[in-house]
Amino acid sequence: MADLIRSIAGHYNYWMFVILMMTGLFIVVSRGNLIKKIAGLNIFQTSVFLFYISMGKVTGGTAPVNTGRAGEVYSNPLPHVLILTAIVVGIATTAVGLALAVRIKESYGSIEEDVIEDMHRTERPA
Amino acid sequence: MIMTLIDLALILALLATAVMMIRLRNLFAMVMLAGVFSLLSASLFVALDAVDVAFTEAAVGGGISTVLMLGALALTARHEAPIRRNQLVPLGVTIATGAALLYGTADLPLFGDPAAPVHTHVAPYYLATAPKEIGIDNFVTAILASYRGFDTLGETMVVFTAGVAVLFLLRSARRSRGEVSGPRDDAPDARSGKV
Repeated sequence: MADLIRSIAGHYNYWMFVILMMTGLFIVVSRGNLIKKIAGLNIFQTSVFLFYISMGKVTGGTAPVNTGRAGEVYSNPLPHVLILTAIVVGIATTAVGLALAVRIKESYGSIEEDVIEDMHRTERPA
Repeated sequence: MIMTLIDLALILALLATAVMMIRLRNLFAMVMLAGVFSLLSASLFVALDAVDVAFTEAAVGGGISTVLMLGALALTARHEAPIRRNQLVPLGVTIATGAALLYGTADLPLFGDPAAPVHTHVAPYYLATAPKEIGIDNFVTAILASYRGFDTLGETMVVFTAGVAVLFLLRSARRSRGEVSGPRDDAPDARSGKV
């Protein structure tokens, strides 16, 4: 019983991040609006970041800035570095995605996937 | 205990924000909620000791990303069209993926466990030698700029490539609308350097 409680207490935040990630995935898969899809992708991405950072947390640790005291416990700085890079790359891909959406709006007059698909169907009947 | 409660409150707020983002059809409100989502996640990063990541997330995720989204909204649409597609298949896909991931978390080390593999590989070396070798007290900066400097160089390349891609996409959009004024790149005057 104590093991079970320990396991739940040690894993619940991973579960929460999985649920959060699936919220983002649901938006990406179920919605046809391109801007909304990109926002869903951002939710997905941020949950992965949160997952990584929570892996780096050490109980009783402090932020990884040298305090000069011997025997100080720090949280792991390596996931922080990787996620810093990932955040910046994430904004770059978001920008490209949004630019594509703007371009699609120019060419088709809509950013709704359903509308664009209908257009293709009426233009070229298979 | 108090940290666990703060974590839980922030995570629940994140979940509520994400669910509202699914439901909202007004895209402006959705973008604002996306900004709130970033700010909440930045707070959670602080609670998880990742102060540098929190800075970056608040500035990039909450700031620049919101501005880009608003710019894109101004050029496209403000409202999402009513949903016509079947919602059950996406729901099924999402639940199946989520279940597989939840099953995968069972093997993960416990949250905050100092003996987890992630804490026993190179991180202790960085923590021990960075103040001596690099002379920067912030370990994240020391690793980012020095030990893993090539990663950061690659990141810069990615940002540059994305910038070039955005520039080309938006420029061709304006040209097809006929809004580009002045000499074009292939005009004789521009090539010979005369204005």
